Amino acid sequence: MTTAQPAPAPLTRPELVCPAGTPAALKSAIDAGADCVYIGFRDETNARNFPGLNFSRREMAEGIDYAHGRGAKVLVAVNTFPRAGRPEVWHQAVADCDSLKADGVILADIGLIDHAARHHPNLRLHLSVQAAASNPDAIRFYVERYGIKRVVLPRVLTVQEIAEVNSRIAPIETEVFVFGGLCVMAEGRCALSSYATGQSPNINGACSPACDVRYTETSEGITSELGGFTINKFAHTEPAGYPTLCKGRFIANDKASYLFEEPTSLNTLAILPDLIRAGVTAFKIEGRQRGRAYVSAVVQAFRDGVDAVMAGKSLPDIDLDRITEGGKQTTGAYEKAWR
Amino acid sequence: MTAKLTMGPVLFNWKPETLRDFYFRIADEAPVDTVHVGEVVCSKRTPFFEPYIAPVVERLQAAGKEVVLSSLALIMSEREMAAARSLASDAEVLVEANDISVAAITAGRPFVAGALLNIYNEGTLAALESMGAIRVCLPAELSGDAIAALASAAKSEIEIQAFGRLPLAISARCYAARARQLTKDACQYVCADDPDGMEVETLDEIPFLAVNGTQTMSSHYMDLLPDLVSLRARGVSRFRLWPQNVDMVAVSGLFRAVLDGRMAVAEAEDQLAGLCPGVQFANGYVHGRAGHLFVEDDE
Repeated sequence: MTTAQPAPAPLTRPELVCPAGTPAALKSAIDAGADCVYIGFRDETNARNFPGLNFSRREMAEGIDYAHGRGAKVLVAVNTFPRAGRPEVWHQAVADCDSLKADGVILADIGLIDHAARHHPNLRLHLSVQAAASNPDAIRFYVERYGIKRVVLPRVLTVQEIAEVNSRIAPIETEVFVFGGLCVMAEGRCALSSYATGQSPNINGACSPACDVRYTETSEGITSELGGFTINKFAHTEPAGYPTLCKGRFIANDKASYLFEEPTSLNTLAILPDLIRAGVTAFKIEGRQRGRAYVSAVVQAFRDGVDAVMAGKSLPDIDLDRITEGGKQTTGAYEKAWR
Repeated sequence: MTAKLTMGPVLFNWKPETLRDFYFRIADEAPVDTVHVGEVVCSKRTPFFEPYIAPVVERLQAAGKEVVLSSLALIMSEREMAAARSLASDAEVLVEANDISVAAITAGRPFVAGALLNIYNEGTLAALESMGAIRVCLPAELSGDAIAALASAAKSEIEIQAFGRLPLAISARCYAARARQLTKDACQYVCADDPDGMEVETLDEIPFLAVNGTQTMSSHYMDLLPDLVSLRARGVSRFRLWPQNVDMVAVSGLFRAVLDGRMAVAEAEDQLAGLCPGVQFANGYVHGRAGHLFVEDDE
């Protein structure tokens, strides 16, 4: 009896999808080796609607020119949920992506996807992580009904589960987050921030918005608040972190702890080979709110990492400690014990 | 026509016999039109109540209640999807889809679009209606204006969440387990220790949130008693009461009495506070404010 193993399937090179909150970051990302950047308009139509970020129509046109001139792509996130009674702002955003010749739009809302599929049949549609399509039936719904080409998977699945999903939905493309800020709740299905502040990430495009943040100096140190609720307290010797709601310290069962998650960043550099073998089409880096230096460093690290794996070399030893949140890193839901 | 009342699914991990007796009493005594049955939060809990589902449904239907079977909110495995398919294959009973995949596999037959789907605007509402949604329970964080806009566009019945802790987030991670240094796989079903959710306070000991396994909820109970009449006038046809570990027969009686104009809001508010000792109430979302606030009257 022969014991010959079937040859392993050839690995597909994943596309590196990188964040750009400003025209400068877009150039930095592309110069550092991004295959694709994702950006948003300067309004509530995208989930990083922060002051000083994002693109005007003119900046977007110039950014798309810069990218296309260097063989890179641009995706535009229109990934909040249009307000009842005034969908025009969101419809216009999608129309502008089409006329500006963006390589695709990243959408979360079923109604907006329906509109885009009807009115912009040549525009490539990606399903945002904010739609939280966590299983093959949900994914097929968007693909079969609306012609979605790629699904960004919610950060709830293990690598093993991602591989299973991919085997069931092939050849539909999937994209997963590989680095950056980590939602611990199923994305787009979290109203914690609006409960505290009245500003909804899904509608207004900002989680734990800066306008609702307050730092108070006390005799013991610094207290950080969101919407009037204490999110954390720091001794004078500690750096006071930003009060992202789900990364705060709370009391449950008479014990104070980081109940939901520590201040930490997703970093999958060490498990890149597993994610590539799981059949993922694209790797996404979070961080449109980050500066050029951050974007350059992370994109370069993942460019080197992906290229090494594809060349059959060992992973380069890259230290991203200095730019991760609180200096802490996690592989998050990709490992089952995280749950 | 007067508005109807829905008893939402029990979101907590109650003992199977407690849950069965809860439903029997609701069947016999509660002035609600519709009752939801089924596990929404964590599939690890489902086997324990399964033997009681048939007798509970039968008792509710015999009492004249419409029964709706609620699906899981976050489906992540083939096992969970198979359970949803089996739920959706029952042509006799309405299904509530709380994950879009369930709406997809139910499509073509009437279903209820659940409170945990993202239905924010007319386009999404129309898409779900075209798939067969005959009733839509809107997300908790919508303002009164958004609710009214959707109600005026709807061909389906519009339901909103009117009482109980609000389901605010769902996760793959179990925070009831994590609070006890356990993981979800080895959770020992510790969420059952908190039949009304595990209180989460700020470091200043201010009530903030509540944990129900993988679900995060509001600390405050939603209370729309003061808003029922105006929301009814704005087109809401149903109000959902989320079961809490309080006398839900009495709670539903108060909502019914206010809707029928048999009791003044102030009197009902007093009685509700008596039924829910120590509980803070909120209605901020329908007033376009932060969800934890209680707004007496719009200025």
